[in-house]
Amino acid sequence: MSRGLFLAPALLFAALVAYFAAGLTRDPHLVPSALIDKPVPVFTLPPLPGLGVGLDSAALATGEPQVLTVFASWCAPCRAEQPVLRHLAGTGVTVRGLNYKDRPEDAVAWLDQFGNPFKSIGADRQGRVALDFGVYGVPETFIIDGRGRIRYKHVGPLAPEDLEQTVMPLIQKLR
Amino acid sequence: MFPELGHYALVLALLVALVQATLPLAGARRGDAGWMALAGPAALAQFGLIGFAFATLIQAAIVSDFSVLNVVQNSHSTKPLLYKIAGVWGNHEGSMVLWVTILAAFGAAVAAFGRSLPLPLKARVLAVQAMIGTGFLLFILATSDPFQRVDPAPLDGNDLNPLLQDPGLALHPPFLYLGYVGFSMAFSFAIAALIEGRVDPAWARWVRPWTLAAWTCLTLGIALGSWWAYYTLGWGGWWFWDPVENASLMPWLAGTALLHSAIVVEKRDALKSWTLLLAILAFSLSLIGTFLVRSGVLSSVHAFAVDPARGVFILGLLTVVIGGSLVLYGVRAPALKTGGLFAPVSREGALVLNNLLLATATATVLIGTLYPLFLDVLGAGKVSVGPPFFNATFVPLMVPLVTAMVVGPLLTWKRADLAGVLGRLATVAALAALAVLAACWYHGDGPVMALVGVALAAWAFFGAWVEWAERIGLFRVPLAISVRRAAGLPSAAWGMTLAHAGLGIAIAGMTGSAFWVSERIQVAHPGDTVEIAGYHLTFREVEPVAGPNYDARRATFVVTRDGRDVGLLTPEQRHYTVTGMPVSHAAIHTTGTADLYLALSDDDGAGGWTIRLYHHPLVPWLWLGCAVMVLGGLVSLGDRRLRIGAPAVRRRPAAAAAALAVFGSDGR
Repeated sequence: MSRGLFLAPALLFAALVAYFAAGLTRDPHLVPSALIDKPVPVFTLPPLPGLGVGLDSAALATGEPQVLTVFASWCAPCRAEQPVLRHLAGTGVTVRGLNYKDRPEDAVAWLDQFGNPFKSIGADRQGRVALDFGVYGVPETFIIDGRGRIRYKHVGPLAPEDLEQTVMPLIQKLR
Repeated sequence: MFPELGHYALVLALLVALVQATLPLAGARRGDAGWMALAGPAALAQFGLIGFAFATLIQAAIVSDFSVLNVVQNSHSTKPLLYKIAGVWGNHEGSMVLWVTILAAFGAAVAAFGRSLPLPLKARVLAVQAMIGTGFLLFILATSDPFQRVDPAPLDGNDLNPLLQDPGLALHPPFLYLGYVGFSMAFSFAIAALIEGRVDPAWARWVRPWTLAAWTCLTLGIALGSWWAYYTLGWGGWWFWDPVENASLMPWLAGTALLHSAIVVEKRDALKSWTLLLAILAFSLSLIGTFLVRSGVLSSVHAFAVDPARGVFILGLLTVVIGGSLVLYGVRAPALKTGGLFAPVSREGALVLNNLLLATATATVLIGTLYPLFLDVLGAGKVSVGPPFFNATFVPLMVPLVTAMVVGPLLTWKRADLAGVLGRLATVAALAALAVLAACWYHGDGPVMALVGVALAAWAFFGAWVEWAERIGLFRVPLAISVRRAAGLPSAAWGMTLAHAGLGIAIAGMTGSAFWVSERIQVAHPGDTVEIAGYHLTFREVEPVAGPNYDARRATFVVTRDGRDVGLLTPEQRHYTVTGMPVSHAAIHTTGTADLYLALSDDDGAGGWTIRLYHHPLVPWLWLGCAVMVLGGLVSLGDRRLRIGAPAVRRRPAAAAAALAVFGSDGR
């Protein structure tokens, strides 16, 4: 066997370290989206069984800033985020949900347990709409202005600090 | 005063670790017995000091010393004693102290029990252990001081996250860390072997108990975590492919591969450099897991409080430990002598296949876990990861692995007769087919994957016992002789049979939970009766109960089946007073083959309560299977071979060779 082969693990690891180092310089909650300041993709999604009318792009451009959260029942961090979203909805902000690659009955049971802060929910079973939104992990949260443009994207669960420091100030500004 | 003493003990431990990391290594190089002999006492002293520091931290938590910041942030005077203690490792700083305590305990165990180790090997192993210890002690002292005081001290603490106040989760971290850190032993032995430039069957025999102990603890740790998720998350999910779960699965997969490849080194003196690489990788993946959880590069619900300074420090540590060891491997491994040759169809061949599949599975999990990070760094976006990705990639790798797992142990070393072995597996195939038919009959029609799962489970379970039956000549020789042979089987053989059979049982549990769950979610009023899978649950009442640090509303359901009384189910909705968090506490009735699972949600304000009722067939087998695997690991640890050191071979060549011949003849 050639000598080089034995060094391959070390080289692969060096590449990994480079990624880690680059990763450390960014906040995983602050991933820039290519869609910032662009209109939301055009879509229409059916509702979860027994939960309203579903979601389409028109519902995201009503003149008021809104929050759209991508969630799934199989996603553990979503669970931690749910009280924060409930609090946010309690302050009068419209929060809508995109249920991502989930079985509808699981999603309904999950909302039943952890509370449902969403004014309306689109069931994105294949993840096609999420793909258009550039989602690559759940949960993710988008802030959308009154004209239906994406103004901010948050990756990972929202913490109470995120509400105070970024989400609420931005929504105030957009109003 | 105790926290200061604890802090001071950690500083002293760091100094001892520095000595232990350098002088014995230099001594081994110069052949200076005195310097080499320093390693043992240093390792014991290090354990004493770190153990003392850990004890002071536990003491501060038990007496609720709220002048210590760590206690304030994670404890409360009304918290039950078990969780006061468990709270010590329920946070970043405390868990790091647990980490180094276990590391030092393993080092001390080598110092105390490794009498049969040649002095230079022992010195080098302990020196490498101390290098790891030095790094982590520096990390604790520089970025994560658990002994920090607050002045003025608050009257009471902030309490521990209620989700963590649970017996399963109290024990989960210690076992997980015993597993993670246990792989440091295999790592240290591998580095020592690379420095010495020699790997032989004796080396494999020395490493085996440590790897086995680590694997057993890690299996138990992962199972505990999964079990906790099952009964606390409120709908019976037990695995979510969360980054932190993956961080524990990767070392487990690599460690499982290591256990198997080390057998080839031990028996056939082959696969040496691959085994060394696995030993390095198993521990490296444990370290990478530590980095992922604590640096904040990936977001996860389990993640500890994120601090970029810590991330940079751990990354530096990773680079030195993993990078250094892999470079050492790249330079020294090509010089290792390769051992015995073998045909593709042979026991060795089967173990190589096992290793290839396990290594690929490890890489799959690593890529799936890290790729949000990769894409972020590359600035690309449009893909998604989660259970769909892992189900599509991981499961197809496990199917051939489990299939081959049954064939492998029946093959002979060097060159095997595959046709003959497959013939002997006809019984197993027939039993697996029967299991599938039984599943079809019982569940009507299952999805195809469910039947594949049942077939695999039965194949693995019966395959393990058919191999065992072959070994003791069951039904071929008189029963009395079989029984005598079974009693005389080496513990390692029993261990393998149990571990493989346990995996089969666990696969049945996974299949049941993935495909045959039935559920009822509805609003129920006291007096109502709900029916699921033949059970009738009558809602009797909801009453308030007071826990030590929570208030709860407890519902009582009377369960009957075919008119016979089965028992009471009492799910609770708890409200933890200090943190203000609501936690649902599910009630589970198990029959041994299925769980009846009931969780209580909110009331509708009109006397009705939302309940979620599940029937989880076969899920208890998941836990049973894990327990049997752990038992297999423990039994295997008792093997005589692990206690007969190679120096004994040198001293009593004739007797030991005879002993080896006897053990060799059992085909292992």
